[in-house]
Amino acid sequence: MHSFGYRANSLLTFAVTILAFMCAIVSFSFSNQTPSAQIQILNINWFQKQPHGNDEVSLTLNITADLQSLFTWNTKQVFAFVAAEYKTSKNSLNQVSLWDAIIPEKEHAKFWIQISNKYRFIDQGYNLRRKDFNLTLHWHVMPKTGKMFADKIVMSGYSLPDAYR
Amino acid sequence: MGWIGETVDSIKSIKIRQLLTQAVTLGMIVTSALIIWKALMCVTGTESPVVVVLSGSMEPGFQRGDILFLRMTKEPIRTGEIVVFNIDGRDIPIVHRAIEVHERKTTGEVDVLTKGDNNDVDDIGLYADGQMWLHRHHIMGRAVGFLPYVGWVTIIMTEKPIIKYILIGALGLLVITSKD
Repeated sequence: MHSFGYRANSLLTFAVTILAFMCAIVSFSFSNQTPSAQIQILNINWFQKQPHGNDEVSLTLNITADLQSLFTWNTKQVFAFVAAEYKTSKNSLNQVSLWDAIIPEKEHAKFWIQISNKYRFIDQGYNLRRKDFNLTLHWHVMPKTGKMFADKIVMSGYSLPDAYR
Repeated sequence: MGWIGETVDSIKSIKIRQLLTQAVTLGMIVTSALIIWKALMCVTGTESPVVVVLSGSMEPGFQRGDILFLRMTKEPIRTGEIVVFNIDGRDIPIVHRAIEVHERKTTGEVDVLTKGDNNDVDDIGLYADGQMWLHRHHIMGRAVGFLPYVGWVTIIMTEKPIIKYILIGALGLLVITSKD
């Protein structure tokens, strides 16, 4: 019972158990999180019905956000993305991601960016004319170890024009 | 000759009892591991509560060799969730993020499009021929927690099976030769 093998074995088991416990515990450390964001649609670049019958629209967005309060010592990166949410007659919810970015450090988390949509905004059908939609900024906090958190800010009041252009 | 026969008999009887005890102990260890695994499957609601990240398509968030903890609830799939899914015809599960979701009003079923964070294009190329969307039955779970580096053990054992055999051989040897 006192050989080197037994002692090394129980020491190792104990150390691994404590390490696993600590990795799990870090998920419970919350900090004061007050992120903010604003999105403006600067321009509707074009709005067409594609040959396969689905509407597609291209937008230029102006995104301002401050996600610095989401970063803690355990944060590896924050994945932020902007999605358009709207209802149609066939679908109770449509969510289309328009832009995303990986924020690796706190310094990069306060930003202002003006881009056209990174991913194509295509509907399942041709329901987008005069459509009201929300723009949501989601963030997904990916930790160095432990539980991942996600949340969003919903901004409403955006709409698409009546006619194709 | 008598005492040789006696010694052989006593050696045989000790060995059998010891062997049986060791076999039962080993059996107990294996079955309790199985019980824990099945219980985890019940609690998390998914067939594989823990997966290892095999590709670099979600870097820098998930590196190859990380372990993900999954959960599957009845809540609908929404964009931004990291989902693990199987494509018909492939047996390796893929871990990517949902970037587009369309939910049918009548049935509540969802069409989901996914993309790896580190990929330039969405996953349409990965889906089966003619498949444009993922549905709920393709998705095994959502990633909720994460442990770095621990999955390398599984990757090494899968890619170099020799190490698996050496490990099991060594463990077997340890069990047989230990006096407990």
